[in-house]
Amino acid sequence: MRVGFMGYRSLASSAALTAFLVVSSAAPAAGQAAPAAKSATSGKSATSKKAWTPSRTPEGQPDLQGVWTNNTVTPLERPKDLAGKEFYTDAELAAGMKKEHERLDLNVEEGLPTEPGTAADVHYDFSEYGLDRAQTKIAWNHRTSIIVGPDGRIPPLTPEARKRIADRRAKAKGHEFDGPENRPLGARCLARPNVGPPLLPSAYNSNLQIVQGAGYVVIEAEMIHDARVIPTDGRPHLAKNVKQWMGDSVGHWEGNTLVIDTTNFTDLNPFEDAQNLHVVERLTRVDAETILYQFTVEDPGMWIKPWSGELPITKMQGQLYEYACHEANYGLVNTLRGARVAEEEAAKKATK
Amino acid sequence: MYRLGHIVLAGALCLAALPAWSQTAAHRAPRTADGKPNLNGIWQALNSADWDLQGHAAAQGPVYALGAVFSIPPGLSVVEGDEIPYLPAAAAKQKENRANWVKLDPEVKCYLPGVPRATYLPYPFQIVQSRENIMMVYEYAGAVRTINMGAPTKAPADSWMGWSNGHWEGETLVVDVTSQNADTWFDRAGDFHSEALHVVERYTPRSADILNYEATIEDPKVFSRPWKISMPLYRRVEKDARLLEYKCVEFTEELLYGPLRKKASK
Amino acid sequence: MTTRRSLASIIVLAATLAGLVLAPVPVRGQVPASRSTSTTKTWTPPRTPDGQPDLQGVYANATLTPLERPKGLGAKEFYTEHEFAELMKRIQQGIVPEEADLGNAAPQDVRYDLSLYGFDLTKATLASNRRTSLIVGPEGVVPPMLPEARKRNAERAAKNKGHEFDSYENRPLQERCILMAQERIPMLPGAADNNLLQIVEGPGYVVLLHEIDHSTRVIPTDGRPHISQKIREYQGDSVGHWEGNTLVVDTTNFTDLTAFRGSGEKLHLVERFSRPDEKTLLYQFTVEDPATWDKPWTAEIPMAKAQGPVYEWACHEGNYDEFVTILRGARVAEEEAARKAAK
Repeated sequence: MRVGFMGYRSLASSAALTAFLVVSSAAPAAGQAAPAAKSATSGKSATSKKAWTPSRTPEGQPDLQGVWTNNTVTPLERPKDLAGKEFYTDAELAAGMKKEHERLDLNVEEGLPTEPGTAADVHYDFSEYGLDRAQTKIAWNHRTSIIVGPDGRIPPLTPEARKRIADRRAKAKGHEFDGPENRPLGARCLARPNVGPPLLPSAYNSNLQIVQGAGYVVIEAEMIHDARVIPTDGRPHLAKNVKQWMGDSVGHWEGNTLVIDTTNFTDLNPFEDAQNLHVVERLTRVDAETILYQFTVEDPGMWIKPWSGELPITKMQGQLYEYACHEANYGLVNTLRGARVAEEEAAKKATK
Repeated sequence: MYRLGHIVLAGALCLAALPAWSQTAAHRAPRTADGKPNLNGIWQALNSADWDLQGHAAAQGPVYALGAVFSIPPGLSVVEGDEIPYLPAAAAKQKENRANWVKLDPEVKCYLPGVPRATYLPYPFQIVQSRENIMMVYEYAGAVRTINMGAPTKAPADSWMGWSNGHWEGETLVVDVTSQNADTWFDRAGDFHSEALHVVERYTPRSADILNYEATIEDPKVFSRPWKISMPLYRRVEKDARLLEYKCVEFTEELLYGPLRKKASK
Repeated sequence: MTTRRSLASIIVLAATLAGLVLAPVPVRGQVPASRSTSTTKTWTPPRTPDGQPDLQGVYANATLTPLERPKGLGAKEFYTEHEFAELMKRIQQGIVPEEADLGNAAPQDVRYDLSLYGFDLTKATLASNRRTSLIVGPEGVVPPMLPEARKRNAERAAKNKGHEFDSYENRPLQERCILMAQERIPMLPGAADNNLLQIVEGPGYVVLLHEIDHSTRVIPTDGRPHISQKIREYQGDSVGHWEGNTLVVDTTNFTDLTAFRGSGEKLHLVERFSRPDEKTLLYQFTVEDPATWDKPWTAEIPMAKAQGPVYEWACHEGNYDEFVTILRGARVAEEEAARKAAK
């Protein structure tokens, strides 16, 4: 279970579908799998730095600009059967890459769904629209999970968080289709888990663009055209009562690393029921093709301890395209209308 | 009580003392580190163009319950010559749009605003200038566009915010916008366009904290000739000025999906 | 038709109830003997720091002179000195003859004391002169209304007939605190009731604040043209310029609801403000509307320098209860009639 990662599946099945109908997704070069970005993560941690020196923007900031993706096959949490194993060996990684390629080839040939079990929910060809993550460049790395450390999993919830979540779920139960506000944020085109912060790869479209201007870094996630404009001029956070879906991000440079501190989240996003979420992100360009992305998440009222993750972000070709979600969100309409029709039919049957 | 009359008058004079709009002689903007005019900052139009590009008197708003809070503020025209040169059929459609604007205006539904409307919506937007791109991030709906400052590229498909290629002409940032879909409007008065819309925007620094904004609008399916709007854009100079989230999708859900809400059980 | 009387009773009472209005303190019996425009003095007005003629100050336009000349006076445009002195004397004794227009101050069945709130005309600052009517010229009356204008106004009145109390939009603009009689331009005297005008000049602008309903006109004098004809305003669009020591204000862009004495939206108003002496502001206006009158007409109103300040005159803010009462009264009357009919 991923706390608050609201329904990848429902996303794919409703809002996302509509978005695809109107939006051209980034045209990925099929099969353009990046060479294993060992440079970033083959070392056991971010501390293993190469002598590579990033170029500078005209203002003298380390240059993180470009179109990127954090598309990955690495799960957020370590699979149970890999407990204690933080990294794949080179051989294991090579085998994993080969498997992905074969799966992709099969897909391209036969147009089969890529993820048996989940694909049954969707009505379109996975080989189209860049839905298959293997069609997009993948930021390969040796990690067995994005979350670092021996556990490799989100730490346990505090008892009060457990209760909060249970209470909310109990309240929501049976009302999942009552109205728009009962639907997941993604299905409502309000917020997507890939945006965070932290930036976490999505099942598809993990495309990012970074633009730097004097005193600002903008990180735009293609999906759903969410641009975080991050000041790096040392200003403090917004007043505590101003809550935002993406929180309030302020940044500063530590050597070649952009450090982003984010607070002022709502208690709905990105981790539902987290009330004092604090996210610190570190972006370090480790070579021309790679940004090492590290993050730490903490909320003492939510988890018993902070947790950290790390994954490479890799350069990709192209420009970001417009991802308009809300403008044709028939998925939400259809979901609600379907629920009403089902209710009517049930009522009709009951009166018979 | 004694000074009330004086206060009213003083306020009136303050407003009145604002300088009349006029083109000013070339102002040389400060430069970015790579030598380009520096337009970085948070900007906002201060007019009622989003209500109606053309001159308009104050009018009753659409929601009686909101009284004076949401009625239509008066405004002078931002259209050169105060006339939008509609072709006859398009003029009829504009009239219909205006009559039904609450129902039809994409802004009501929190749809992406398109260009140039994004510029003069009553929300700030931020210009972030890099060497290769200039990003314009709009507070309204989290709309955003990236202006390519390199060799012009072609849009792969139409979109709400269109495809922007920019270049510098002296102090002026010129942005050529094409490939906008036909679903956006210019204002709440029902002024509209087709997918053949071609917009050329010009951002010219006028002083440290003011940009002159011009947009030439061309759409042979809707207008008999190109026409032009112009207005100043003011820098948000507050200490700590920044864009905040205006994710308005949530505010439109009752409007768009409310009728599909489960009825309260009887 | 809503008379000034009902206005006075409704608005003033409402405003008084709301405690928002303070009437100006009139200077007792101070009747300047200014005569007519033709008596040009050599008096030169002072200048503002920007070099404009200085019209600034607070002025009262209370007058006893009626807008139109009483029928019996024919072409007589001015009283003799003797006639005028007699008239004044009678007024100060409280005897108001038919030659004077009492306006709001006429005896009426209101529930408050006329000696309060500055209603007593005999105690007001008056700038009356020897004119027999405010309208100048041998006729001294508003020119006859053109047939088309008569028809237009009759049709509008007929449309509202029987619906006067249906809803707020059937009530007159002044009762709705949208456009009060005295704040209308051209500015006609409102007898003794809140008749103060304050003039303030700034670089390139003259501001006219009429006490009635804090009506403020900010008039540019920088030579700009009128705004687009698409924009219509109750008070129109005013632009000004200086002709010697006279401020000339040109106003167009009226709405068809403004209807100054039956005018249409083509109404064109030219106002002239000058100071013949230190204590007087001479206000002259010419109105024309080819869709309403067959010729332009001109009036002249002397205003006397008065003591300020101009207080806040809030109409709408205290109008609610009164307005509700009018409409509720109509609804109650309807119900009662229905009940009676059903019996």
